[in-house]
Amino acid sequence: MTAERSIDREFEPRLALRKRLGTFFGLLSAAAIVIGLTTLGVLIADVVRDGWHVLSWDFLTSFPSRRPEQAGIRSALVGTLYLLVLVAIIAFPLGVAAALYLEEFAPKNRLTAIIEVNISNLAAVPSIVYGLLGLGVFVRTFMLGRSLIAGALTLSLLVLPIIIIAAREALRAVPPSIREAGLALGASRWQTVRHFVLPAALPGILTGTILALARAIGETAPLITIGALTYVAFTPKSIFDPFTVLPIQIFNWISRPQPAFHERAAGGIIVLLVVLLVFNGLAIFLRARLQRRIRY
Amino acid sequence: MTVTEQAPRYIVQPREPAALQIERLSVWYGRHQAIRDVTFTIPARRITAIIGPSGCGKSTLLRALNRMHDLTPEARVEGSVHWGNIDLYAPSTDPVWVRRHIGMIFQKPNPFPKSIFENVAFGLRINGYRGDVAARVEEALRKAALWDEVKDKLNQSALALSGGQQQRLCIARAVALEPEILLMDEPCSALDPVATMRIEDLMLELADTYTIVIVTHNMQQASRVSHYTAFLLAGEDRTGELIEYAPTRELFLRPRDRRTEDYITGRIG
Repeated sequence: MTAERSIDREFEPRLALRKRLGTFFGLLSAAAIVIGLTTLGVLIADVVRDGWHVLSWDFLTSFPSRRPEQAGIRSALVGTLYLLVLVAIIAFPLGVAAALYLEEFAPKNRLTAIIEVNISNLAAVPSIVYGLLGLGVFVRTFMLGRSLIAGALTLSLLVLPIIIIAAREALRAVPPSIREAGLALGASRWQTVRHFVLPAALPGILTGTILALARAIGETAPLITIGALTYVAFTPKSIFDPFTVLPIQIFNWISRPQPAFHERAAGGIIVLLVVLLVFNGLAIFLRARLQRRIRY
Repeated sequence: MTVTEQAPRYIVQPREPAALQIERLSVWYGRHQAIRDVTFTIPARRITAIIGPSGCGKSTLLRALNRMHDLTPEARVEGSVHWGNIDLYAPSTDPVWVRRHIGMIFQKPNPFPKSIFENVAFGLRINGYRGDVAARVEEALRKAALWDEVKDKLNQSALALSGGQQQRLCIARAVALEPEILLMDEPCSALDPVATMRIEDLMLELADTYTIVIVTHNMQQASRVSHYTAFLLAGEDRTGELIEYAPTRELFLRPRDRRTEDYITGRIG
């Protein structure tokens, strides 16, 4: 053993204890993820077990029916996809333009500060409130009825704050040096934004938008509020036709007494999950691709 | 306006024709005043260095010369900067027009994430250049002493260049617009000594055609490249003031203000 040096006497390192503490908290956080993932895994396994055997081409292409063995999700799936496209068309340009204004053009004063706080608040407003708003404004005042467009406008309001916040984050992440570079060459603000800021922020904006849309297709409450139908035996021919969506169809089947309908609901959930998964996958793919092109 | 008691200032008037006349220029960031009452004249087709310790307002002063402060919402500028008979801060003066004629090179090279060619061509295109863009790009790259290194890879990303090459590309990009004045904000602080030397040589060449104003941390650099030197210093209130302005040789050999002497001999800063 080496001679004890005087410096060691002033410290009490307690190395073993510190290491044990580290191990303990490592295990604790591992337990947290195990609990979360197990719950999710069990839920998915349960749904798949119940609904796997109803999945078939017929299930996707048949309209709902009073006879469970014939009931399918055609109108709900088509309604969901139409709604999705409409919400994207409405909310994406509005959200990006609003974010651009706030980040790149608006003066930083009290008014814009108030607007900012309100947008953050709007993102946290329960979706049922948007449903009531949609009912009052789009269905009644604008007399759009229980139509696809009324649903799309309502959901657009719901996701707009999320898109604005995501787009602003993405714009803020663009280094100021690139703005200065453009402006110092005599580019106007808009030219700088259009040529450099927007392309650099696009991956982030797209990812945020896709995640917001993924949230929109899972929404049920606001659409029930504005009166989306639960039993639709046709696909909408125009944006003014009535419609239904997957979550509502699932909700409808679950509330029936016959167990055969519950299996159909499980099948619907699987389809909805697959659609969501495709969307999130798309978001990751786009982000990775666009980021490779633009790097600082 | 209040007249505070001021220490004697040693500010010479250059013999050369004036490029920029700065008069009682003050800049605030919110409530904090970054520079106070700076008055001096920058000569045309010479290199003027702005030196001083960190936080003395060197960059703030430089950025006031092409209205870059317009981009900082809380910044406020008072006083005037005249370029010939044009008041850069007059309401009728368009800041975009100012920046197109008074170019700027930044501390950290900031090429666009595009090809080398596009980096230089961008300024020409957005300003509506009607001549031969490719020829002008080549000319600018030659002036920036970069052409031979990049002529075979004009379509490659500018971000693949070395730091020194990127900075010369930024200079080429600015020079392509044939500005009257080039403002350089510590252009070599992110570069190694060899790259620094190349940029300094380039500056001396460009000074035949352009008026150059360079902010530098590096007193040797100021003494090597500049014809005139302005020394800024911030007092207790962290507000920078112009202490001394003279031909570089004079300022370094015979500083008239004690504080200048202390700074260039390394006693402060």
